[in-house]
Amino acid sequence: MACYLTTGKHMSIYTSVLTVLLLLGITAPIALAFGFGGATAARSQIAPLRWFGKAYIAIVRGVPDIAFFLFFVIALDQAVEYLRHKVLCPDWEGPIRQGNDFVVCQAAKMPLGNAPQWVHESYGFGLAVLTFAIVFGAFAANVLFGAMRAVPRAQLETAEAYGMSQHQTFWRILVPQMWVYALPGLSNLWMVLIKATPLLFLLGVEDIVYWARELGGTKTPRFTDYPHGDWRMWYFLALLVFYLLFTRVSEIVLARIMSRLTHGQATAGGEAQRKATA
Amino acid sequence: MSCFQTIQDYGLRAIGIGERLLPREDFTLCHQFTLIGSGMIWNIYFGLLALTLGFFLATALAMGKASSRTLFRKPSEWFIFLFRGSPLFIQFFFAYFLFLNLKSVHPFFEPFTAAWLGALVVLFFNTAAYSAEIFYGALLSIPKGDIEAADAYGLSGWSRFTRVIWPTMLRLAWPGYTNEAIFLFHATALVFFSGFPAWQQRGDALYYASYFADKTFNPFVPYPILAFYFILLTLIVIAVFGFVNKRLNRHLPQNTRQKIRLRPNLIR
Repeated sequence: MACYLTTGKHMSIYTSVLTVLLLLGITAPIALAFGFGGATAARSQIAPLRWFGKAYIAIVRGVPDIAFFLFFVIALDQAVEYLRHKVLCPDWEGPIRQGNDFVVCQAAKMPLGNAPQWVHESYGFGLAVLTFAIVFGAFAANVLFGAMRAVPRAQLETAEAYGMSQHQTFWRILVPQMWVYALPGLSNLWMVLIKATPLLFLLGVEDIVYWARELGGTKTPRFTDYPHGDWRMWYFLALLVFYLLFTRVSEIVLARIMSRLTHGQATAGGEAQRKATA
Repeated sequence: MSCFQTIQDYGLRAIGIGERLLPREDFTLCHQFTLIGSGMIWNIYFGLLALTLGFFLATALAMGKASSRTLFRKPSEWFIFLFRGSPLFIQFFFAYFLFLNLKSVHPFFEPFTAAWLGALVVLFFNTAAYSAEIFYGALLSIPKGDIEAADAYGLSGWSRFTRVIWPTMLRLAWPGYTNEAIFLFHATALVFFSGFPAWQQRGDALYYASYFADKTFNPFVPYPILAFYFILLTLIVIAVFGFVNKRLNRHLPQNTRQKIRLRPNLIR
């Protein structure tokens, strides 16, 4: 049994767990950056930038995200190929949309037709990361936008009274203080991000859901028969437990960070901490 | 072929009435609108039933979680953690294969392997867990004075629950619950993308949207149509829940009434 679970094919399911962790690790900072950019844009003095920020937040939040995932991957893929087509094959005559087909010249294919397998895989993975970042960035932007407004006005006014410029007030007063207001929302978002990772499967990446289906079945188009019956139920049970453990650990860690951040803040939580130590 | 004809042929295609074969070429805008719209029947079916049934289980779970008896508290806590802590997507897969296995044990589980019942059960449990957490939060924030007043009036047990605790809990939880309802309708889009197969190509809105996107290689038409339908559905949900919210808050002065603030959520 133990021997069977460490065969070469099984190794791919373990590496795909790493893929999921990698996706989380890469997406979270990028989405946070997108969110920060979106929130800053939404409260900008310049009107077009502000409209852009608000529109970004509103559009992504209004539509079921799964539709976004399916839409963005194809749309991004076609956008990339279209741009490369315009640059690389300027003397191409035919139209790009031929009825129901999307045709670009060979040199503009992305990734190139003759590229090795790993390029194809990482290109798909990259698209997935970008899609996740765009969608989750909008939600993070909304959280950060709220958090920036939650910082007490008096703090900012004091900073202005001290003669700080707008730029200084933003970076030295607003940004350090907003995290404590943003963290509940952000940790919620992190939980959701964890639970969104199985959608990788929909984006065509060979992730844990894919392998659980492949390895659990009695036979698949790619591999011939396995020495067991239909075990897919057990593989998905394992995935379920994996996600439950992961959320549990995250909950504990985030509670720690929260108590660290509340330290010395002028909030009810900070007050409670002060009383507890005094 | 006129658009009216298309609607006649495909308007109820998602539940198996009308033309059997899906259109294979010459996709018109009318085709896409009609078929995706007919898929919405499934989204509404799943959302509506799961929400109605889930409401009762959620109330029970919330009361269980707030109970001081370990016998009631622990199972409710575990149930809520189980469904809130794991992705709905995995729950669908697991449930589907679980029902497949159970089917070979007893034919009673036969209908559970079909989406109309199996996916409904998963959505029902899932929304019950999420709503229970919202109700539980509301239960904890019922003003102490309200319960003391109920005690002073000699209300206890069941009558205290139905006249004081439950209405107040609902009133406090309603804005959050509205978002949960919207979110559930969005989540119904996952059904035919997980384990549950679409029998005879009777799928939900997303199923048809991706069918068109696959066939035409053009995602820019079907997905915006899908978004249009979902935004419409969301607006209806907000209107209905807003009406209930108004009724729940009718005894309060205007300025203290809780407004529903739309806070759409993500994948679960």
